[in-house]
Amino acid sequence: MTTAEKYVTAAYCVVFALVLLYVVIIALKLQRLEHEVDELADRAVATDAEEQREPAKVG
Amino acid sequence: MSRTYRIPLPALAAASLVLVTTALAFVFFVAPTDADQGFSQRIFYFHVSIAFTAYAAFGLGAWKALRHLWKRDPNADLESYVGIHQGVIFGALVLLTGSIWARISWGHWWLWSENQLVLFLVLFLFYAAYFMLRFSIDPGPQRANLCAVYALFGVVLIPVSFLAIRLAQRFIHPVVFTRHGAEFGGWIMVTYLVSQAAMLVLAYTLYRVELSGKRLDARLRELRRAYA
Repeated sequence: MTTAEKYVTAAYCVVFALVLLYVVIIALKLQRLEHEVDELADRAVATDAEEQREPAKVG
Repeated sequence: MSRTYRIPLPALAAASLVLVTTALAFVFFVAPTDADQGFSQRIFYFHVSIAFTAYAAFGLGAWKALRHLWKRDPNADLESYVGIHQGVIFGALVLLTGSIWARISWGHWWLWSENQLVLFLVLFLFYAAYFMLRFSIDPGPQRANLCAVYALFGVVLIPVSFLAIRLAQRFIHPVVFTRHGAEFGGWIMVTYLVSQAAMLVLAYTLYRVELSGKRLDARLRELRRAYA
């Protein structure tokens, strides 16, 4: 591999690496959002169950 | 509420993949080797495409900032922020690929005497400082207004960065787009155009992905507040 070829490879690898890093950061953020959605869904289910358990007022 | 048609994200991602792969194939297997610079000239195809994409992203950020100030578009502030974020990412790539190309072509990683390099660095740092401004103010209309004004000021640097070198008399940074058009043709032009299309579509895809994530995040925060 000549010096020019090494530098060209390095330049294209830098582009690839930075775009990949960006995708990884976005993926981590999506993972966090997914976790938050799950938490909210659990809370919604728990609230529903609590409402159903409340005794109905008679009279 | 009127809805504008948007290309679905999976279609954009597929188009990016196809275009970037095609561009790489053209760069390494179709484009002829430059008689003057040799193999290292192949950096040009992505370096210049990324530079124009960075300008386009900063321009988009400024356009959305103008829409925020002018039309009070409720989505414009976030869109402006994401556009500038893309501009900074692509700007960093321009500086990195340019530096590698400079090392092999001129023997230096950076030359402070080159107006185009310094002006691009100024543009990059100006927009990098946008994030310091944004994250130092509490979210709200005041932050949106200040950020929009800042983004609009920065857009003035784009033509300065692009034209300064063309008005200068002495430079070693190559200028391939002159008043008479591009100074290349044939397969070099085809490869450049494919690379340019690839970078623009890739940047737009990343812009849309980031925007979707940010909108989802904002909606979740609203939901959290409602449940609290």
